[in-house]
Amino acid sequence: MKVNEAEFTDDLFEEAGQQFKEKKKSGRPSSSFWRDSWIRLRKNNGAFIGLILIIAMILLAIFGPMMNSYGFDDQDLTRANLPPKVPVLENIPFLGMNGVDIRGMDQYEAKGVTDYYWFGTDELGRDLWTRIWQGTRISLYIAFLAATLDLIIGVAYGSISAYYGGRVDNVMQRIIEVLMGVPNLIVVILLILVLKPGIVSITLAMVITGWVNMARIVRGQVLKLKGQEFVLASRTLGAKDQRLIWGHLIPNSLGPIIITTMFTIPTAIFTEAFLSFIGLGLQPPIASLGTIVNDGFKMLRIYPHMLLFSSVIISLIMISFNLLGDGLRDSFDPKMKK
Amino acid sequence: MEKILTVEDVHISFDTYDGEVKAVRGVSFDLYKGETLAIVGESGSGKSVMSKSIMGLVPKPSGKIVNGKIMYKNRDITKLSSKEYRGIRGADISIVFQDPMTSLNPTMTIGHQIMEGIMVHQKLPRKEAEEKAIELLHLVGIPNPEQRVKQYPHQFSGGMQQRVIIAMSLACNPEILIADEPTTALDVTVQAQVLELLKEIQLKMGTSIIFITHDLGVVANIADRVAVMYAGKIVEIGKTEEVFYNTQHPYTKGLLAAMPDLNTGQDELQTIPGSPPNLLYPPVGDAFAERNEHALKIDFLHDPPMFKVSDTHYAATWLLHEKAVGKAKEIDEKIKVKKQSKTVGVQKSVRQEKLLEVKGLKQHFPDSRQSVIKAVDGLTFDIFKGETFGLVGESGCGKSTTGRTLIRLYDATDGEILFKGVDIRQQNNLNKEVQMIFQDPYSSLNPRWTVADIIAEGMDIHGLYKTKQERMEKVYELLRTVGLLEEHANRYPHEFSGGQRQRIGIARALAVEPKFIIADEPISALDVSIQAQITNLLRKLQREKGLTYLFIAHDLSMVKYISDRVGVMYRGKLVEVAESDELYANPLHPYTKSLLSAIPVPDPNIEKTRKRVHKTEWDMSASDYQLREVVEGHWVACTEAEFMQYKQAAQKEMLFV
Amino acid sequence: MKKYIVSRVGYMIFTFLLIATFTFFLMQTLPGSPFNDERLTEVQKQVLYERYGLNEPMAIQYVKYLGNIVKGDFGVSFQFDGRAVTSIIGERIGVSAVLGAQSLIVGTVLGLFLGIIAALRHNTFIDYGAMIIAVLGLSIPNFVLAGLLQYWIGVRLQWLPVAFWDGFAYSILPTIALSAFVVATMARFMRTEMLDVLGNEYITTARAKGISELKVVLKHGLRNAMIPIITILGPLTVALMTGTLVVEKIFSVPGLGEQFVKSILTNDYPVIMGVTLFYSFLFILVILIVDLLYGVIDPRIRLAGGGQREGK
Repeated sequence: MKVNEAEFTDDLFEEAGQQFKEKKKSGRPSSSFWRDSWIRLRKNNGAFIGLILIIAMILLAIFGPMMNSYGFDDQDLTRANLPPKVPVLENIPFLGMNGVDIRGMDQYEAKGVTDYYWFGTDELGRDLWTRIWQGTRISLYIAFLAATLDLIIGVAYGSISAYYGGRVDNVMQRIIEVLMGVPNLIVVILLILVLKPGIVSITLAMVITGWVNMARIVRGQVLKLKGQEFVLASRTLGAKDQRLIWGHLIPNSLGPIIITTMFTIPTAIFTEAFLSFIGLGLQPPIASLGTIVNDGFKMLRIYPHMLLFSSVIISLIMISFNLLGDGLRDSFDPKMKK
Repeated sequence: MEKILTVEDVHISFDTYDGEVKAVRGVSFDLYKGETLAIVGESGSGKSVMSKSIMGLVPKPSGKIVNGKIMYKNRDITKLSSKEYRGIRGADISIVFQDPMTSLNPTMTIGHQIMEGIMVHQKLPRKEAEEKAIELLHLVGIPNPEQRVKQYPHQFSGGMQQRVIIAMSLACNPEILIADEPTTALDVTVQAQVLELLKEIQLKMGTSIIFITHDLGVVANIADRVAVMYAGKIVEIGKTEEVFYNTQHPYTKGLLAAMPDLNTGQDELQTIPGSPPNLLYPPVGDAFAERNEHALKIDFLHDPPMFKVSDTHYAATWLLHEKAVGKAKEIDEKIKVKKQSKTVGVQKSVRQEKLLEVKGLKQHFPDSRQSVIKAVDGLTFDIFKGETFGLVGESGCGKSTTGRTLIRLYDATDGEILFKGVDIRQQNNLNKEVQMIFQDPYSSLNPRWTVADIIAEGMDIHGLYKTKQERMEKVYELLRTVGLLEEHANRYPHEFSGGQRQRIGIARALAVEPKFIIADEPISALDVSIQAQITNLLRKLQREKGLTYLFIAHDLSMVKYISDRVGVMYRGKLVEVAESDELYANPLHPYTKSLLSAIPVPDPNIEKTRKRVHKTEWDMSASDYQLREVVEGHWVACTEAEFMQYKQAAQKEMLFV
Repeated sequence: MKKYIVSRVGYMIFTFLLIATFTFFLMQTLPGSPFNDERLTEVQKQVLYERYGLNEPMAIQYVKYLGNIVKGDFGVSFQFDGRAVTSIIGERIGVSAVLGAQSLIVGTVLGLFLGIIAALRHNTFIDYGAMIIAVLGLSIPNFVLAGLLQYWIGVRLQWLPVAFWDGFAYSILPTIALSAFVVATMARFMRTEMLDVLGNEYITTARAKGISELKVVLKHGLRNAMIPIITILGPLTVALMTGTLVVEKIFSVPGLGEQFVKSILTNDYPVIMGVTLFYSFLFILVILIVDLLYGVIDPRIRLAGGGQREGK
């Protein structure tokens, strides 16, 4: 960058006579941790898709069963085992939404059914669309309930253990260490054998061992934060336990807590389905995604649609939560990127 | 002299989320055979990136050399293939990084790590490589190299680890050694040893050293030539004496003035206001202009070229332009006048009333196995109202633990602490009367809270306001007191620079209107120019509010400057307590002597002639080893026999004076 | 180090005892034992109870039960009249072990490979591709994957046998279904660890020595990244054990998992208890091995005298 010497007039060599003023570090508008995280999350395609899918699934689980006139337990053998048929989509042959089964027979015509069953029907003639979303509702309910209980127990246990430290921590850690040595699913199976499957018993069985993970994460986080100077500063100002825990420790642990919860939910959905699969699932008339998947297996070779929809939806839910969890991890911890 | 490396107009940029950061913006210099070139600058000045680029180690893909040449052996090494580059790395040019802990692979024996390079470049068989490794360990002064070679990094102390790394970098007799802040993570006494080692090696092997540092004292000690970097550019380069004694660039001048002078008393440090520019948006013209009180108009318009001062000395400031000659003199004059007006009479506080009394304080922590760590082991001292008591010592000596025990972050294992004559355990108002300022401005503020909430926390806890409005008004007032703006109140900590954050921390402590403040290494995480700002702020507050300070630090020059009295700690015990001038002029304990002799002073002439005290171990186990008062106010830990000696020596001196 | 091993083994024994006790008391409270069958007369029941020692006081039963466990005697199956649970486990475990080992090896190799290349090609399409595979592997439930594989590859395409256990070809589909989770977990973990390790200063130091990039990655990067990998062996063992329940059921593989599910459906409590204890023992053993292995592999722990695993 060559500049013409002649441009340097004498007055340029005068003092500018400026007064120094403290300035903001950057021109960006003020933003909190949460807003920053949200912006980063929105930039993360996977996580954003996950979030949208989760919202869609929740909405469908709530409103899906109301979208047609069939009840989830309405049996009608005259319309049993119907393949899916959807208006408009039925005209696109390769989608398989035209009521033709795998042997190439239009079951609707054969059985003289004029209604549309979007996901088809099962062997008792129940509408699968209604049943699947109803099941999703139950599965999500169990998962959220289990995750919430894990969260409450885990956060309380972990933060108490880390915050008080010393002997309290020592004893509480030994308990966790023993529980870590217990294979979760085995305990869940044993408990369900005793308690008999039901929404509450399944949830409780999962929580009995499930909270340990959350407790360990919270403990680690609180332990790390406890020594940080802002916590010490608060103590030197005379802050009491309440303030330290709720003002400093928990808010700064929220990132890992949310992430852990995001991974607890799919695990719970899987566990519930797994239990159904080995015969310890919810008993009729209540149905969950797991029991519907399990029912689908019985007819897999002749009527694959029964398994298809339920397993696609359970997989989508699991994928969405995992994607969101990963995305949240990146957006709460931006140093991992680039 | 023979040029062995030429750097020509190098530009390096990084891609980040926010955009392109121009970390290095046109740097040129030569390196001569056998010399030590120091590159000094504050964090973010680009000095470290510059040094990594010579090794071809700029982190990819985010960082890249945009422009420029690095000529070595008639080749532009920036254009080399990665394979060709590997032939140079470790063999012709090698590097030593800042933190020895993280620079060594934890799961590989150090012998193996040293041998790796030898086996690749010199094609030596394993056996001979191992012999060479042992030889190198011997060279860098590691005892029992035959056994040590089989050990893992965690079995070495920090200083020893850094020696291992130096051995590793010397493995293939490189022509150029780049030392990237090699002593920053070490204690001063260890730093002195490592610096000496580097000099010795240079003498023996004729290596050229590029020494990256932020410490002007270290520069004065080790460098033949200095390049000062600011905002990605070299602003001044020349022989060490030229840069120190014939300083041209306002930034260099500012840096030198910001360092406290060990030999004279000063009332206020010169400061450089503000903080370095954000290199996402590098400023037009002279990057330093916005922090330069006497900036010229042209500084804001055009980038100054390198003006020649002498054959070896260049500086990039418009003050050297022929049209600015008169102006330059005028500005120099102004600064001088201002400095004089500031050094009027140093007022030392008068000691009357004891504010804090510490008697036989012990703080032991249980170890993982049944033993205990004696962090603080029998400490007795008083702090008087209105004074600043400095507590110095190296890492792990227990100085921070002491500070924390005084404010009851820990409960003392044994001993008594009286505040205003009352045991601190019986004080209800301790947290209002005593406050603390912390070291790390990045972890001392809750990242989820706004600045207003952070500052007001103490007032919230103690209910020191009646209305929301009163609370905000107090926050605003505190912000102004510490030199920040009202509009900062609603922002979050991550939006501030280190110095600004430290100001927020100070405001938080002041909010409860304490009488006594424990400052735990409040400036050691900050850049030199910012250190002076914070130090001045602390002194100003002391004057205005009549505060008493306990100033904990490892930087003795800063402690001497700010403290009325100083206590020196070593392994949990006080070894010497005296008025700061007396302590520096007449240290008695061998540890104090070695500590003092190890501080590098930013004055090349002094550094060249200084003698270091080498002893590093003291037997303090004697049963009658305790603090004794040799002359009034000067206490030293010693045995009865030593005490008599000290006393005699002191009397002799009295006669001479 | 010795003290460390002793304390670890102590933990292991205590945990196992706890599980055994838990199992015992759970079983005591179980409703619907086969002896509650309404068709049995009181006399018949009494005979059965006596035979299986169910009418003795609880405490005596408990002590006997613990003693038997130590002897490796888990009792007799209700279902297979009079067969020892131990012999059922012995007969069934072989198939499950083959399946489990196969899945573990395939999954680990593939997972590590994916994880490493994803880390080395960070933020490229290879990375994204590997991570999509990993998320899918982690998310799709094993029974769904097993079902899909069975339907498409077995029933529709008829490339591989649909079910049963008769040679290597029969093991392919179950192995794929089981190893998907292993691949996903390994890949994700390895990628994170590798990125973490590669960001370390000592990697830069190694590069600065002028050794080849391959050596940097293998000798400095991989070795350090592999150390924490062994910690996921515990969770993986559980995943494989529970995975076999489902996969063996779907593919009608005559392994321990399939037996376990059958026993649950028929309320064959001695077998359920026995297999539960067996699984628990296996899991605790793996955890113990992981703990000890960690101490051996990482010189920071090995040479510090052991006992401290904090910080990881």
